[in-house]
Amino acid sequence: MTNLPDGRYVDDAPYDPQASLQQLERADLDAPNWVLVWRKFKTHKLGLISGTFLLICYLLLPFVGFIAPYGPNDRHPDHLFSPPQSIKMFHEGEFLGPFIYPMTSEANLETFQWEFKPDTDNPLKLKFFCEGSTYKLAGLIPSDTHLFCVPEEATLFIWGSDRLGRDVFSRILYGAQLSLTVGLIGITVSFVLGIFFGSLAGYFGGKIDWVINRVIEILRSLPELPLWLALSAAVPSNWSPVAVFFIISVILGILDWPGLARSVRAKFLSLREEEYVRAAEMMGASSGRVIRKHLLPNFMSHLIASATLSIPAMILGETALSFLGLGLRAPAVSWGVMLNDAQNLASIEIYPWTALPMLPIVIVVLAFNFLGDGLRDSLDPYQQ
Amino acid sequence: MDILRYSIYRFGTMLLTLLVVSVLVFAIINLPPGDYLSNQIAELRASGQSAGVAKAEFLRTEYALDRPVWQQYLIWMGFFPGPHGFSGMIQGNLGWSFEFDKPVSEIVGDSLWLTVLVNMAAIVFVYAMALPLGVIAAARSQTWIDYTSAFVGYLGLATPNFLLALILYYYGRKYLNIPIGGLMGPEFEGAPLSWEKIKSVMIHLIVPTIVIGTAGASAMMQRLRANMLDELGKPYVETAIAKGMAPSRMLSKYPLRVAFNPFVADIGNLLPSMVSGSVLVSVVMGLQTIGPTLLTALKTQDLFLSAFILMFVALLTLVGTMISDILLVMLDPRIRYEGREA
Repeated sequence: MTNLPDGRYVDDAPYDPQASLQQLERADLDAPNWVLVWRKFKTHKLGLISGTFLLICYLLLPFVGFIAPYGPNDRHPDHLFSPPQSIKMFHEGEFLGPFIYPMTSEANLETFQWEFKPDTDNPLKLKFFCEGSTYKLAGLIPSDTHLFCVPEEATLFIWGSDRLGRDVFSRILYGAQLSLTVGLIGITVSFVLGIFFGSLAGYFGGKIDWVINRVIEILRSLPELPLWLALSAAVPSNWSPVAVFFIISVILGILDWPGLARSVRAKFLSLREEEYVRAAEMMGASSGRVIRKHLLPNFMSHLIASATLSIPAMILGETALSFLGLGLRAPAVSWGVMLNDAQNLASIEIYPWTALPMLPIVIVVLAFNFLGDGLRDSLDPYQQ
Repeated sequence: MDILRYSIYRFGTMLLTLLVVSVLVFAIINLPPGDYLSNQIAELRASGQSAGVAKAEFLRTEYALDRPVWQQYLIWMGFFPGPHGFSGMIQGNLGWSFEFDKPVSEIVGDSLWLTVLVNMAAIVFVYAMALPLGVIAAARSQTWIDYTSAFVGYLGLATPNFLLALILYYYGRKYLNIPIGGLMGPEFEGAPLSWEKIKSVMIHLIVPTIVIGTAGASAMMQRLRANMLDELGKPYVETAIAKGMAPSRMLSKYPLRVAFNPFVADIGNLLPSMVSGSVLVSVVMGLQTIGPTLLTALKTQDLFLSAFILMFVALLTLVGTMISDILLVMLDPRIRYEGREA
């Protein structure tokens, strides 16, 4: 450090502007792809938040039995259409910790409706990690421990109960298991089909290309929903709910692949002429190897982004089908099945909480859209 | 006349597509085991009503349903004469609806026009909403107008159609006194066309149009905004601003024209989803379109009725797509007539 006469401090080490510039670039160039992607994705705040939210949602799916206070089909015949109960902290100005007021139900013989009143003299403290109805953790380990519940004599409906006295909150949690996985299975089917046919058409061209292209065009020009309706009407009614669930998600996937195949094909058409493809071919690589090792990795990230953007359509599709009574059927619980109860205005007017499943639908679909946008913007770090 | 040749070519491909669609539709409807008549015959036999059985058996042979599926298809399409003069779709005989016990043409009748009307209204709504909003959002990007329209657009994409329908009906009724359900007041049903009837239909159309069009409008708005932003960054825009052109005139004269192209082409992508949306919405909102009829027909395996409605829906989208393709070629001389593969 040298103190110049005019009071400035200057470092003694020789300064080479070129070197420091190169060093910076070097580090950037050497960084693996995912670091660059992650760095860019982090700046997309909405996408980041949505991604985290969805990740948490999916990670929690195996444990919904633990979080939900009741099973999806547990009925409380004395509490039909019970309004939501709020969890309170203070009873008459005194801190009690989380508690609820138990609901007393009474039949009004003039209107023939159940009337519910919170019993404000008798606060009941919530219990944590308590025993309740049995369920299977992740579908495997039987357990009866719940995150929170109330003493036997009272009920806990934080989002109300439906026409059979089932807890809406618990059902929304269980419904998430089916509603959220429908999109994943569907997108897998559509992904496999789309990449297979798209790469076939784009790589080989000629007659195969023509045929696949016509199929894509036909499928794309058809209105989806009537076809979904027709296909799901074809599902035999005596199948088990799980089988119906799988077949519905496969149907959603089968009708979704053309869009993906089209973009895969377009990419292949342009990449097919690149030198490295020719080199690989000359070295005797089979077409399968060229496609898998040399071509697909080029735009896998794009495909993932567009897949993220088409998951919402599948979730909405499942909801619509179940809503019409052609999708998942009664013992199975999904958000669409739950909304089936909220079909008429009268019930929404009197029991607004039966329409609550629409909230998670809107939130999840929005989150997928934001995540997809964020991914699309950040997955190509070398752009610009 | 290249444009004429292209139109003819496009019409030809449309007919071919329609043919493939008809095979597809017929196959899908025949997927579930059993059919309406054999179910009915089994039921009647079980309850011992022999008169009904005879009628069902008669219908079965009359419409050739006792033959192999591929023959049924050919006869239904009218490529092959059916027994006792059932001439098939090509000659305008749409077949018999077993569920409603009437000819198909009688059941669908009016609702075909109402379906077309609802979808046309939705398309007009899409353009009327997406065009100004998309342009304003791009011209005033990164301001509150942009953010609000983006937010509303995302919400429109994310809300399921039927939910939007219920919400709009609820609040429309509460605050604006908009009638709930149906496409016209009950007193106009079956009444001859009059000024009053048209007015009633218009009022009833408001909610369905918004519901069907919202998702499409948001998607189109976002795309138009992105296209406009791309164009706005180009040098010719800078030149126009530099020479002192009024912003509104500059926008409409240059970038909008270029950004408008995908706008027209998009209707081909938009139409299928809108038509299918209208089917669902009609069921929920009780519109007198073919939607609810389709649902009943599919649920009861009413072969001819569901097949015809599916064909009609497909025809509607195919014609729309064809018109948009031809329009695009007319609007943009840069597009080659041989097809649009870029």
